[in-house]
Parts: sequence; C-alpha cells; structure tokens
Amino acid sequence: MNNMKYRAIVIGTSAGGIEASVHILWKLPVTFALPIILVQHLHKDQDVVALVQLYNDRIPVQVEEAEEKEQIQPGHIYLAPPDYHLLIERDETFSLSVDEKVNYSRPSIDVLFESAADVYGPSLIGVLMTGANHDGALGLQRIKQYGGMTLVEDPATAKFPEMPKSALACTEVDYVLSLDALEKVLFTLAADCSNG
Amino acid sequence: MQEQEIEEIERTLLLEAIFLRYGYDFRNYSQATIKRRIRQFVAKNDFETVGDLLPRVIRDPSFFQSLFFDFSVTVTEMFRDPSFYRALREEVIPLLRTYPFIKIWLAGCATGEEAYSTAILLQEEGMLEKATIFATDINDDSLLRGQKGIYPLKLVREYTENYQNTGSVCSFSQYYYADQKHIIMDRTLKNKITFAHHNLVSDQVFGEMHLIFCRNVMIYFDNTLQDRVFKLFDQSLIRGGFLCLGNRESLRSFSLSNKYERLDTKNRIYRKHVTHLHKSNLPIIHSLPSHE
Ligand SMILES: C[S@@+](CC[C@H](N)C(=O)[O-])C[C@H]1O[C@@H](n2cnc3c(N)ncnc32)[C@H](O)[C@@H]1O
Repeated sequence: MNNMKYRAIVIGTSAGGIEASVHILWKLPVTFALPIILVQHLHKDQDVVALVQLYNDRIPVQVEEAEEKEQIQPGHIYLAPPDYHLLIERDETFSLSVDEKVNYSRPSIDVLFESAADVYGPSLIGVLMTGANHDGALGLQRIKQYGGMTLVEDPATAKFPEMPKSALACTEVDYVLSLDALEKVLFTLAADCSNG
Repeated sequence: MQEQEIEEIERTLLLEAIFLRYGYDFRNYSQATIKRRIRQFVAKNDFETVGDLLPRVIRDPSFFQSLFFDFSVTVTEMFRDPSFYRALREEVIPLLRTYPFIKIWLAGCATGEEAYSTAILLQEEGMLEKATIFATDINDDSLLRGQKGIYPLKLVREYTENYQNTGSVCSFSQYYYADQKHIIMDRTLKNKITFAHHNLVSDQVFGEMHLIFCRNVMIYFDNTLQDRVFKLFDQSLIRGGFLCLGNRESLRSFSLSNKYERLDTKNRIYRKHVTHLHKSNLPIIHSLPSHE
C-alpha cells in the first residue's frame, strides 16, 4: 500500500460496533492522513454527543459528527448523525438526507458506501464489521466493483456475524480479518500515509 | 470514460430536460441524493441506464409525474424531534403571545404531520384561535393527504410517544378519531391549516410571517439554493420573527445570517433581530419629529 493510492476510508458497523471501532482505531497516530467516515447504527434518540466523547476519550484522531456541506478533511474521523443518511458529494463535502430507511436503517451503510464509491472509486477502502442485519453488503460490493479495497471482519470472531456474512455472500472481498488484524492493517496504512 | 462519469452526463441532461419541459429545477439539489433516487427509479422501472429515461420523461407527462414523486420524497412524522416542540412551547410561544394574530409558514410540509403537530401545540397554549398556518410543498399528492388529515393507525403508538416527549400533559388521542385502519385529525385543527403548492426554488414571498418552519428540506439543497431560500424567508419574516430548521441544519450558507440570533442552538431555532444592526440605515430616523 502506498500513500498515493488511497484517499479515504469508510467503515460500517451495527450491533457490537462501538467496541469494534474503538478496537481498530485506538492506535492510529494523530498524524493519520486519511479521512475516516463511519456509519454506526444507533437508536435515533442515542446521545450522540456522549458517543463522540467516548470515541474521543479512546481514539487519538479527532472524532466528530459529520455536518452537511462540511469539507472532508484528512486526519478526521466523521460519524454519521443518528436518523440521517450520510452521503458524499463529488466536491468531497457531506450531504445528509432523511429519505426512507434502507435495510431498516438510517443512517444506512449502503447509502454511505455507494456514494463514497462514486466519489473515490479505486482510492477508497471499505471496512465492514459486526452487526445483526444485512446493511453494507451492497455498498461494499459497489466499492469492490469500482476498484476500491474491501475489508470484512471475520464472521468467526465477530460479535454479531450476520452483517459480515451477508457481505461475504455477495462479494469476493479482498480480506477477511479479525479485529486485531484490521487494527494492524490500519496501523500499517498509517505508517504509509501519515502527515510527517 | 468511466461509467460514473457517463452517468453524470446523463443525469445532467435529465435534470436540464425536466427544467426545460416542466419548469421544475432540481439542478441545485444535492446531487448525491438525487443520483441515488434516479438510480432507484431506473431499477424499479426496469430501465438499463439513466439516459434511457430521457425520451419518456420529455414526451410523457405522467411518466414525469411518477419520477417527480420519487424526487420529492416526503418522509415525515408527527412531533418529529420532540425536544424541538418542547423548545417551541417554552421559548418561542411566550414571545408570540403579545401579537394579536400570528401567521405561520411551514415550508416543505410533506404530508402535513408537522402542521397538525404545530396546531395541537398552539391549541394547548390557547393560541390556535389567532393563528393561521400555511403549509406548503411542491408535492401535490402529499398536500392532498395533508388536507385530508388521515394517517395510518399503525403509526399512532410512535406519534403518541413523540407527543408525550414534548412535555405535554394532555392526551394525543383527543385530537383525532380512529377507524380500524386510520386516524382522522380533528376538524378544528384542520380548519386552521391552509395547504398550498409553493416551490421554494422558483416561487416568491406570499405574506408576512411571524414564524417559519423549514425542517429537513434545506439538506437537499446546495449552498447557492440554500442562500436563495434563506433570502426568501428573510423577506417573509417580520422583525423579531422566528425561523426553525431541522436538527442538523444551520444558517451557515446564508449570506445575511448576521441578521439572526440563535435562540436555541440545539433545536436550531433562530430569531431575526428586532432592530437593524446598522442603526444609521434606519429609515425611521428621517421621520423622527424635529424639535424646532
Ligand atoms: C423530508 S421532507 C420534510 C418534511 C417535514 N418538514 C419534516 O421535517 O418532517 C422534505 C419535503 O420538502 C419538499 N420539497 C422539496 N423540494 C421543495 C421545493 N423546491 N419547494 C418546496 N418544498 C420542497 C418535499 O416535497 C418534501 O415533502
């Protein structure tokens, strides 16, 4: 992996996902030079301020809620706001929508992944982890189709294997990895594309 | 050229064709969402590409109608974001009490749930009598449903829960009667709401307002269009009037945002300044009686 190739990482996860995200992100250096965009399924009344705080207490890279029209910056981790779909525009800004739920979810992982694939094409890394539904499978397929790299948490060790499984059922993904291995991949990537 | 780029050309042509043929301008909508809706429409109707829609859209108005309804997705609910309605009750209503009448504009009202929610709140605060509610949208189908005020019974539990979370001490069930499948909203509420077609992209101001809601509509517009619509609201709002946006919307793209203060940051309630910022520009100064 060299630092010219990848420009963004999208991560999708549902039940068990908060721990999983912290697990793979807690070692990232503050100098990490890619934006990370995260859909974590939440209850719509979830206290998102508290969740962002929890992430920031555990992850060195700045975690914040994505805002509509905001320019995506490297070295930030953006969380999709509860009850909104998060999409990426061609000029690398965020859009939000309250369109119907997709896979019973809003935000939906598919919606983020598909729009990210449109924008970043082969320069995108998609990561799908633990969850008890089917969201993200089609989105990951799109990322693969457009030449991006696809990583899926190993259903054998995932807390809720259904989401990784349904992704594996519809796409030849690039890597199937444990959380420890995912953490290492991101760490290696970080060494390759850090600011300094 | 890559598939995505070709599709983008097709989408550009489609939006241009819709504008030229039907006058509806979606060119300044957030494209990521428009793209998604067009793709869904293509798949649902067994077309291969976005380009395939073009000849049908241009020649067949009823075909355009169905695409149009998919474009103006109207997802809404009663008392969406209960904490917003609580803030309305506690922070805005007291400031509106002194007016002899109040005019309220709900722009992008979808199927009307927001309008009924507002009417209920006003009723409980004893303000419905002197209120007029204009609820507007571009989707005529939704407007008609709002006018009827009939909603699926299966949503009642959720609506009731939302209602209770607004801090109301009454019961939601007093505002409708139910048959086996529907709830039908009370007449006194319905009579206070005027549903009308109004396009924020191309239509003008239609009256002076004390309170404007435009919730979860601006997220679908780009910066240029947002600024246009904010100007429209600014022209409509009286000084000291209120503008309520969706939970994740702000005045950021509005060139005149300094004319507004944030009344409630979390619930996105803004208030237009009562006086001009630049007092020297006040026309009233010239009409002050002289002491000579
Ligand atoms: C997601 S709904 C929001 C409904 C409601 N305000 C709420 O927050 O629950 C967005 C609405 O905006 C309407 N809309 C879209 N473009 C519009 C335009 N140019 N002028 C007026 N309404 C528009 C759509 O038809 C749709 O009903």
